[in-house]
Amino acid sequence: MVSDQKIGNTFGIDNRVFNSKIVEKEGNRLVLNVGPQHPGSGHFRLVVTIDGDTIVDIKPDPGYVHRGAEKMAEHRTYIQNIPHLERPVIIDSSNILFSYVLACEQILDITPPERGEYIRILMSELNRIISHTYWLSIYGIFLGHSTMFMWPMGDRELFIDLAQSIGGTRVTFSYFIPGGVRNDIPDDFKEKALKTFSYFDKRLVEYEKIFFNNPLVLQRTKGIGILKKQDAINLGITGPNLRASGVNSDTRKDEPYSKYDTIDFDIPVLKEGDCHSRAKIHLEEMRQSLNIMRQVLDIIPEGPVKHIFRGQMKGEPGEAFSRTEAARGTMFYHIISDGEINPYRVKISVPSFRNLIAMKHLLIGKHIADMPPIYWGLDYWPVEADKCSSWKLLNSF
Amino acid sequence: MTNSLMEKDLSDNLKKTLGPKLKVIESTERRIKIETTPENILEVATSIKKLGFDQVMSNGGTDYPDKKIFRLDYHIISVNVKKLRRTVLQLTTHIPKDNATINTLITVFPSASYHEQETHENLGIVFEGHPRMERLLLPEDWDDIPPLLKEFKLPGR
Repeated sequence: MVSDQKIGNTFGIDNRVFNSKIVEKEGNRLVLNVGPQHPGSGHFRLVVTIDGDTIVDIKPDPGYVHRGAEKMAEHRTYIQNIPHLERPVIIDSSNILFSYVLACEQILDITPPERGEYIRILMSELNRIISHTYWLSIYGIFLGHSTMFMWPMGDRELFIDLAQSIGGTRVTFSYFIPGGVRNDIPDDFKEKALKTFSYFDKRLVEYEKIFFNNPLVLQRTKGIGILKKQDAINLGITGPNLRASGVNSDTRKDEPYSKYDTIDFDIPVLKEGDCHSRAKIHLEEMRQSLNIMRQVLDIIPEGPVKHIFRGQMKGEPGEAFSRTEAARGTMFYHIISDGEINPYRVKISVPSFRNLIAMKHLLIGKHIADMPPIYWGLDYWPVEADKCSSWKLLNSF
Repeated sequence: MTNSLMEKDLSDNLKKTLGPKLKVIESTERRIKIETTPENILEVATSIKKLGFDQVMSNGGTDYPDKKIFRLDYHIISVNVKKLRRTVLQLTTHIPKDNATINTLITVFPSASYHEQETHENLGIVFEGHPRMERLLLPEDWDDIPPLLKEFKLPGR
């Protein structure tokens, strides 16, 4: 049996020495280091103790790309924080900013124009698909399904093109600002978008046929890594993982923020709580995102897209918090202002950090071959959990 | 939906149960803000849980060097009780910096576990009863003061 002390030492907590051994033998048991070299999504280490091929203990070790985004945010103005704070999850960059700008608007006491609100929803749902397709391709390749790597990664480009036509860059758009969005959408956006949406509708059916209903994939994911409803609630699980365990909670419906209350859409919920359900939820969410965007394109009003500022944004002393539904779950910001041009404190709570706790809960007692579907099924994004940000940005303003 | 009646009911309920243990209580639409003393935090959290709130969404601390206190915030939500889903409850307390210890809430809300660990490494607050008061995100060779303290200066600033 590996003692806690031993594992503690592996983390270098007591002696501050990084234990670089890849495998340690303890009687019949082996202690394996999975990562921290990019096990697929970002730098993250799992210290896995196995007996035969059964996992007997697991210790997640996040933090390899932690760069103190919260501290750095205290040294930037509300606007400068926009390119900074979207870095932790560049594949979902609009959604990580959504709750930040909503909280800023409370501090600065401004309201975005209606058109700006609808464009935010559009961009947020585009980002949800960009993030889910990225996740699906990585999930596919880790289950040994190369086609499922290539198809979503290819189709993702179409959505990146759409987002680029609005935001100007491929992934980090810095598009949401307090008071609206940076610029209007192009005139031909609706036509191009509807074409892409109808193509992607057909592709989702093909994804189901080749991957989700594939007997080999089902064998590896159905009934594996079951997260019960009560456990999911107690552990603080959020997003698609929570909804796959039978909890009908989605911030877009619960709160509802922005203009989501004017749109008719469903929240996919499944009861099984296994890897297959977690994957299915992502698929259904992409369908719902297409549905939301189609409605937005129909009802979006004409008018300005942002509140124009004169001078520096400066809030009254006070605080604000806001939550939105990002691709992986609830994104939350708590901002404290002391009346200066910089926030006094920015607290970020990201969904991957909250979902990390499920890993230990689900992996112990499973076979080592069940690790990829469980790890990837959770859609854990280490960079998001670590609240990574670009170090270069530190001195760039 | 546009009124704050439900939040008012909830806060009245809390006031009735906890009485003087709540220092400040404010309710607006979808938001409840309560403040308590560090000694009473566990009891207040238990009462909040009894109302149906079931997840700690965030836990963060703020350093106020002039007042020599830490402000500690828990943001608690409900995902299971339908009518509570719209509400975020902010539970705040202030801890003196020279004795920065407080009871952990993981016995009431297991979801607070990693959040408290993160607050511990960022500010040095010790959560008594937490089984893993150790580094989580900071590098293991970090030998400086906790980084979210205001006296910690960023390189070049």
